[in-house]
Formats: sequence, C-alpha cells, structure tokens
Amino acid sequence: MHTKIQIRLNGKMQTLTVPPFRLLLDLLRDEIGLTGTKEGCGTGDCGACTVLLNGKPVNSCLVLSGELEGADIVTIEGLKIGPYLHPVQQAFVQEGGAQCGYCTPGILMMTKALLDENINPTEEEIRFALSGNLCRCTGYAKIIQAVQTAAAELRRSYEEFPSSQRRGGCATNKMPRSH
Amino acid sequence: MKRPEPFEVFQPASVPEAREFFRKNGPGGHFLAGGTDLVIAIKEKGLVPRYVVDLKKIPSLSGIRESCDGSLTIGALTTMREIETSSVIRKKYPFLAQSAAEVGSIQIRNRATIGGNMANATPSADVAPALLVLNAKVKISRSGGEKIVLLEEFFIGPGKTIMEPGDILTEIVIPPTPPDFRGEYIKFSPREMMDLAYVGVAVGVVVDGSRKICRDVRIALGAVSPTPIRARKAEPLMLNQGITPSLAERVGEEASNECKPISDVRSSAAYRKEMVRVNTKRALLNAAAGYVENLSWTARRDRRY
Repeated sequence: MHTKIQIRLNGKMQTLTVPPFRLLLDLLRDEIGLTGTKEGCGTGDCGACTVLLNGKPVNSCLVLSGELEGADIVTIEGLKIGPYLHPVQQAFVQEGGAQCGYCTPGILMMTKALLDENINPTEEEIRFALSGNLCRCTGYAKIIQAVQTAAAELRRSYEEFPSSQRRGGCATNKMPRSH
Repeated sequence: MKRPEPFEVFQPASVPEAREFFRKNGPGGHFLAGGTDLVIAIKEKGLVPRYVVDLKKIPSLSGIRESCDGSLTIGALTTMREIETSSVIRKKYPFLAQSAAEVGSIQIRNRATIGGNMANATPSADVAPALLVLNAKVKISRSGGEKIVLLEEFFIGPGKTIMEPGDILTEIVIPPTPPDFRGEYIKFSPREMMDLAYVGVAVGVVVDGSRKICRDVRIALGAVSPTPIRARKAEPLMLNQGITPSLAERVGEEASNECKPISDVRSSAAYRKEMVRVNTKRALLNAAAGYVENLSWTARRDRRY
C-alpha cells in the first residue's frame, strides 16, 4: 500500500513512494534519514517534532504522508545556509539556549516561523509563540534570550542588506537549492 | 507511541466527490480535516480506519467570507490559526478570534480546523461557546441535499452530533449581529496554555447605548455539560435590565444551576459550578465595559472588571 507524492524538502524537489498512513515524522526520520526532527510525546503536546509545512509550523507527529502531495517542508536540516548556521541557530549557540538539546530542533523551527512573521517580537509574543514547545531542562530564560538575540541579528542584517528581507531573509525554504 | 495500522488516504477535489467516495467504499472510512483529533484517536485510542478521506484539497471548504448583509461564512476547513489572525474576525468578533487562540499551540492551530472541532463535539471546545452566542449555524452536505441547523441543535452528546456517516460539515454561518453587539469569552484554566478549559463562558449582549439597558443577552457554557450549551434560563434575567454587579451575580448563579458538569481529573463538578458562577458574572461585566481597541488576546483574557 504505497502512494507517490511530490514534495519540496528543504528546498529540493523530491518524488517519493510512501505508505500513506506513515507519519511525516517517521517519513523524515526513518525513510529519508533526517533524524534532526525528534519525537517527544507523539500527541501534539510537546512540539519537539515541529517542522515547517508550507511555511507554517506544525507537529510532524500528527501529519500523514498521504496528505503531503505538493507540500513544501523545511526541517531543522534545512535551516543552515550553505556552510553557515542560520542566525537563529547561531543565537542559540551563543546564548546557551539548550541543555540536553532534545527540544531544540522544534524550538528553532518555531523561532524561525515566529521571526518570519514578526522580526521584532516582545517577550510576551515570544512566550506565546513558544507555548507549544516544552523544554524540561531549563526555565526558558536562555531560550527567550536566544530568540531575542536572533531577532536583533536578523533586524541588523535586514538593515544592512534590505533585499534579503524580500526573499524571506536567510530563509532557505523560499528558494530551491541543491545539496 | 503507537503507529497507525495501514490504510489508504484519498484526496477528493470536491464535496460531492468526497461523499460519493465515502458511499462507494462503505463503512470504516473517516473524513480527515486537520488531523489533530483523528490522528490522536488512531495513535492513542486504538481507532483503526479502513480508509481516510482527506478534505484539505477541496477549495470551497476553506476561507472566511463576509456578505453584504453582515453575515459571516467560515469554511469548515478554515484553521484555528486563520480564525485567530483573520482581520475580519478580529475586528467584528474579537472574542471569537481569542477563543480560537486559546486552543492548543500555534502548531496545533495551524492544523486544527473549526469544522473538525465542531464535528468532534468535545464539550470543552473553546470556539463552541463563542459561536453559540453568535447564534451560529452549521451547513451539512448529505445525500438528498444540504441541511442548515443551529449549532445549538447540532451537538447531542460528548463526541456526538446530528451528523450521520457520510455527512460533511461544510460551513459555519454567523448571522448578522446588531452594531452594538458585544461579546466576551473567558477560558477558565489554571494553566495559561496547552490545557483544556475547565470551564468556558461566552456572553453576547446588545446594550442600548443611552440607557445602558440590555436588549439582547446570550450566555453559552463549555466543559460543564455533555455538550456546549446556552444558559437559556439565566439569559432572560438580564433582558431589558442594566448590567450591574449584583444582577450579574444573580445571572451567574442561575447559569451555575443550569449546567451539569462532571468531576474528572481536572476538576470536581462542584468547583466547575462555582467557576461558572464567577466567570459568567465576570464575562457580563467585561462585556458591559466594552471593547478596548487593539488589546492583545492575553490582555483581553486577563481583563477584570
């Protein structure tokens, strides 16, 4: 029982033959080998499996492969820009916004989604955006700080290179690219 | 976490095609909207669908349309996040946008749909009380044509609606409201986020501007009865009266008498009743105090009068 789907994954068009009942999370991890996306609760509560589906953050543990025809998917592996870390990744490194790191890919994807929409979020807006991403190590203080640092860095780079904002900043999900 | 047993997923392009498909393939099929209830039922509750009919590729099922008579039509596949961020809904019915924003997380709201939420008929659904005070109707596509029914008559029990197998909920219709209609929704839950409502209270009032008299009063309660309900006995107590704290208190008591909560892991029935009293009063006083422009939903939620 397989179905053929065409998707764009981290900027690259792919045709896959997949079981339609396979969860997007398992498709990414077990069939494609992108293990950066993590399974936490499996029920849409913790946000560890967050990926961008058509530009919007969703829990990949609740998406079926059979729904994906024509979908644009960005995972944590698609965040890097060539050899360079995305400013969101760089900020989490700089601020120490991770302890065990299990929730981190989901938090980075959610942060990316937030900053794509709002480049100057208040602390309340950051907490609101991250409320579906649970971290059991920290008190979230450094995570919030990392988001603020990433936002500041993106604002700075947009001022320096205004054209980059029109293309979605450093977003790799907007432009096809080869691996 | 358990993985789904094998099943096919079909993506019809129109409502008739979806219904025809369902009819031909017989029992054991499930319609899929956002999947935030269906996939969890498959993973956690042992649901084994024989096949799944995904409604997301049907263009006519999504979007928010405002008619010239002031009525609002929300496609059943419109996501909670779209309702939360819709400029039309934020302007006309900020409390409805807020009620959508109170559901789950952004990740969940990007998937969960208003039609799926209503069709699943969870007693604690946040948008249900808000829609009930708007006198919302639902449009159902079924064999032999369309059926339009008041949302109040749509729910018949926990997880149960008047829909029969093969029926598809296509639209939520909000009839026009008077220009001075004011609504309010309070989700009562000890956690700010990621929890179900212990009690949900929505009120809608039309206040006669010059004399501060209530010309229309609607009160709806979530999570305290087998279905979301209107507090039909409490509402008339405030009709043609001014909204005062003492009257709001009495109306809250009546609403509390009207509901039939259960005790569960979240709360005892007695506590729920008490919170219906308090929050009905609070919602009425908030509504009477009127809208504050550009208030974020968290600020709206925390507002106390």
